[in-house]
Amino acid sequence: MTGFWSRFRQNRGAVIGLVILALVILCAVSAPFLFPQSPWSMVQRPFLPPFEMEGLPLGTDALGRDVLSGLFHGARVSLLVGLVSTVVALAIGIPIGALAGYYGGMVDDALMRFTEFFQTIPSFALAIVLLAIFQPTLGYVILAIAIVSWPPVARLVRGEVLSLRNREFVEAATLSGQSNLRIILRQVLPNALPPIIVLASLMVATAILLESSLSFLGLGDPNVMSWGYMIGAARTVLRTAWWLSFIPGIAILLTVLALNLIGEGLNDALNPRLRRRTT
Amino acid sequence: MSLGGNETRGAIVLGFIAARLVKAVFILLAILVLNFVLIHAAPGDPAAVMAGEAGAADEKFLQDLRERFGLDQPFAVQLWTYMKGAIQLDLGYSYRQQMPVAELIWDRLPATLLLTSTAFVISIVFGVLAGVLAAQAQGTWWDTLISSLALLFYATPLFWVALMASLLFSVVLGWLPGFGYQTIGANYTGIERMLDIGKHLILPATTLGLFFTAIYMRMTRASMLEVSRLDFVKTARAKGLRNSVIQRRHVLRNALLPVITLAGLQAGQIVGGAVLTETVFAWPGIGRLMFEAISQRDYNVILGVFFISAAMVLLFNLITDILYGIVDPRIRLTK
Repeated sequence: MTGFWSRFRQNRGAVIGLVILALVILCAVSAPFLFPQSPWSMVQRPFLPPFEMEGLPLGTDALGRDVLSGLFHGARVSLLVGLVSTVVALAIGIPIGALAGYYGGMVDDALMRFTEFFQTIPSFALAIVLLAIFQPTLGYVILAIAIVSWPPVARLVRGEVLSLRNREFVEAATLSGQSNLRIILRQVLPNALPPIIVLASLMVATAILLESSLSFLGLGDPNVMSWGYMIGAARTVLRTAWWLSFIPGIAILLTVLALNLIGEGLNDALNPRLRRRTT
Repeated sequence: MSLGGNETRGAIVLGFIAARLVKAVFILLAILVLNFVLIHAAPGDPAAVMAGEAGAADEKFLQDLRERFGLDQPFAVQLWTYMKGAIQLDLGYSYRQQMPVAELIWDRLPATLLLTSTAFVISIVFGVLAGVLAAQAQGTWWDTLISSLALLFYATPLFWVALMASLLFSVVLGWLPGFGYQTIGANYTGIERMLDIGKHLILPATTLGLFFTAIYMRMTRASMLEVSRLDFVKTARAKGLRNSVIQRRHVLRNALLPVITLAGLQAGQIVGGAVLTETVFAWPGIGRLMFEAISQRDYNVILGVFFISAAMVLLFNLITDILYGIVDPRIRLTK
């Protein structure tokens, strides 16, 4: 673990990313305490510019809602959707990839055609279709994002499993009479974990981008405040109150950037170990 | 490896393209099945779904719809009716716009094709150029600058950068139009009209391509650096070839292969991104059509645009496959 941390630390960008992400998490966690009032409630006159009134450092939006409160509450939604949809995508992609790679042959062919299908169709358009047809609640938003994000996981896991399944320790496990399921879960997958972790960190970033894009189009959960919604609502007043679109965009940009930087750091820190272990 | 002559090579490429076409047809059929399943999986009456949640859906109207689309028939019969219609490009009727969906899409498709293909070309050209530049200047501040920019673009939400670009270049600086497809009321013709459309195209296409420029840049850079370490490059160097020749003929050519594969995979994302770009810039394409249909819950239009977008993606994939055949030196060697 110390080796991991020292390698991660060598990547300056990754450390910066970690600091930014920590701040975003802090915002998300503290939102209900710092801004107990609903972010939807009107607190002042509309279009109050930033830095003009004490207590409302970022001003108010077109309906007189506190922008800073929206940012804090939006952080909760972004992180939640990013994290949960990635977990769901992993839960779909890992079994499919593991089965395809472990069994090979017909199973592999069928599962990979299925994966390819989902990878070919325009994923954003599919997410729109899903949310337009089902009601855009937080649960469906998460599900829609997961449905369009799992194929890379399946492909990655398949590749890893393929390269692992003929190794001695797997053969030893087979000879000792362990069941296939047990071998996949206990022998193969743990060894395939490092690249999955790296991919997952990047997927959280992509999921946050996707969520904000969907909310921007009006396909987010209408009951939760999100950064994409804030930009979408401010779009019509871009000429007169540009900061209302600008500020939430910076929040998305920083969060996604932080996650990407962390992903690169994880890649640096986890891959050498993988290489050393395999040689 | 020797395949003897141009004819054999041509036959291989043709066979390859034919196989891809067959696959594309299967994917399109699968999407139709998916569309059909989605209409039926939606909460509520499929007839109401088709009619849109509009007030237009009175009981008599719904009954007409049920009979017309055989919604009282068994599932398999319904699927067959639906597929038969879709194959003849009957994508249903938009009760909101009082027009067949296929016609609506057909009117808007050229604008989207223009936008997405321009964005595609912009992202590949600038991405590869910047990637090559960064790889050749590895470790210098040029490399740092290009790599940082790529990292930044990669994290920027597409719709937000579109909004900010229209604010800066259209509202504040007034350099470019930030709205629509051509100047309304100008009635340009010929070259003037093309220039006018071109001017309107710059902001949407550049912002749509930005994210992908970042991806191709990173990929080209990484790929160039990796290929430079391979043995055949050392051989070329040992033969005393000039560095520029090595870079162009040996390194870049091989480094481009994964970039092209990626470009095919990313095509779907460009088409999806068009919904956002067209919404922000009021570009009259199928993406904007989809956005309008979302707020009106006009499901036939949404599903139709989804189907046509998928067809566009398959087309882009096919083009990148052919490109791959042209660039891949292993195929060229046999000429």
